[in-house]
Amino acid sequence: MLRDITLGQYYPTDSYIHRLDPRTKITGTFIYMISVFLIRDIWGYIAAFLFLAFMIRVSHVPVKFMVRGLKGIFIILIFTALFNVFFTPGEVLYSLWKLDITREGIKVAVRMVIRLVFLIMGSSVMTLTTTPNNLTDGLERLFRPLKRFKLPVHEIAMMMSIALGFIPILVDELDKIMKAQSARGADLENGKLSTRIRTLIPILVPLFVSAFRHAGDLATAMEARCYHGGEGRTRMKPLRYGKQDYSAYTVIILYLVTVIAIAVML
Amino acid sequence: MSLINAENVTFEYIRRDKDGAVEGINRAVDEVEIAVEKGDFIAILGHNGSGKSTLAKHFNALLHPVEGTVFVNGYDTREEDRLWDIRQTVGMVFQNPDNQIIGTVVEEDVAFGPENMGVRSREIWERVVQSLKSVDMYEYRKKSPQRLSGGQKQRVAIAGVLAMKPECIVLDEPTAMLDPQGRREIMSAVTELNRKEGITVILITHYMEEVLNANKVFVMDKGRIAMQGTPRQIFKHADELKEIGLTVPVAALFAGELRKRGVDIPDDILTTEELVKEICRSLRII
Repeated sequence: MLRDITLGQYYPTDSYIHRLDPRTKITGTFIYMISVFLIRDIWGYIAAFLFLAFMIRVSHVPVKFMVRGLKGIFIILIFTALFNVFFTPGEVLYSLWKLDITREGIKVAVRMVIRLVFLIMGSSVMTLTTTPNNLTDGLERLFRPLKRFKLPVHEIAMMMSIALGFIPILVDELDKIMKAQSARGADLENGKLSTRIRTLIPILVPLFVSAFRHAGDLATAMEARCYHGGEGRTRMKPLRYGKQDYSAYTVIILYLVTVIAIAVML
Repeated sequence: MSLINAENVTFEYIRRDKDGAVEGINRAVDEVEIAVEKGDFIAILGHNGSGKSTLAKHFNALLHPVEGTVFVNGYDTREEDRLWDIRQTVGMVFQNPDNQIIGTVVEEDVAFGPENMGVRSREIWERVVQSLKSVDMYEYRKKSPQRLSGGQKQRVAIAGVLAMKPECIVLDEPTAMLDPQGRREIMSAVTELNRKEGITVILITHYMEEVLNANKVFVMDKGRIAMQGTPRQIFKHADELKEIGLTVPVAALFAGELRKRGVDIPDDILTTEELVKEICRSLRII
């Protein structure tokens, strides 16, 4: 059903990576992303691939789910590849009408696609092993220093987690409104594009109204439970680095050093 | 000193037109006097638009009266620096279970109140466990609230208030959106909290059956208190209640009609069991 949509595609299982502090995972993912742009030659790619494969193995998430994340960017992958193949100047291998396929072009295209795949798979490891709430918690803590620059870090994190919680409620509401409008004779399936866009209005307007009503009620309920911003707030599950986080950091830093060493020496 | 003292409370909703000029004034609460003692089970009855929910929001400083004063534990609800004390003392459960759940896991939602109050992590855990157990939802602590039934969600909401260690809980039509099963769950949980843990309960409702356990009932109509007394005293006045859009429980109604037709039957019957007993007695079967 519509209700089963989950954002952030969390894969619930228990693994070493699942148990890591979200901050470790966010930092680790960030470092991995940087490393992907540092690599230049085949050894670098092998290092990045091995690291990724190791992480997927440890996360206990089926590779199937990792690959699923790639589907969304399939078009972008193809587009990037073609663009690079045709528009990189260099030694012409084959001419197709006015377009030249160059040796350099193929090289750049393959590298680009591999990099993108690494990037997506790398961040999937994080999103698949961390609940959305944990993720916002981690982000809140990591960005806490920015509070000095008057950035409302806590408020942004709270908004993110409430927005995530609202998705299933609004999806339910949308379902109800669509049924109610169909019952009154609204035709939501057929017609030209222009008429179909017009039939969206009687669905979107009530949806917005109800979203505001939900939000108002929720705000009252939060106030009634003494919510007054991040000031003086404690946590039931405060983020704490454990032994496994330190070893994870060590692994990530070792990996980064290896990649840099390969890039510098070869 | 009463736990809550509402003195001459009046509240008005001001309707404005597009330019902000006052179009009309709705007097939602009109010179209401209510005193709530510790351990009370108070029911406030009224049909839609009688001002009962507006009144309820005054008890924990979500609204401030236009005239008159609300005192909670002796403090005026208008005192800014007492605001969080007052909201901790008087917790509130709302009608729509979906609009008061903040966490994505049951136990995290229950922890929301104590987290805001700055309670230490270890104590938050203790409070969460204890309050989930007292509404019988402990085994659901790791579940997503979205997956629960309406009655279960509402019990989680009650646990969320309990975790703040309140002296009083205001329930604003907590069963209005529930099925009969959920309604029974909530009512037995609330009654139990009042009897076993001595928590003061203020129940806002328009279901007559739910006020039977109350020790004091206030009937509201057009913002005013139309009647007050014990449930037995209130339900004697079936005709007056009908006039303000409320119906008495079937047993009380039936007993009233029998009395009108000259059957010798007491005028303070509430439940079906009592009715059966009295009819049998008057027919001299027993």
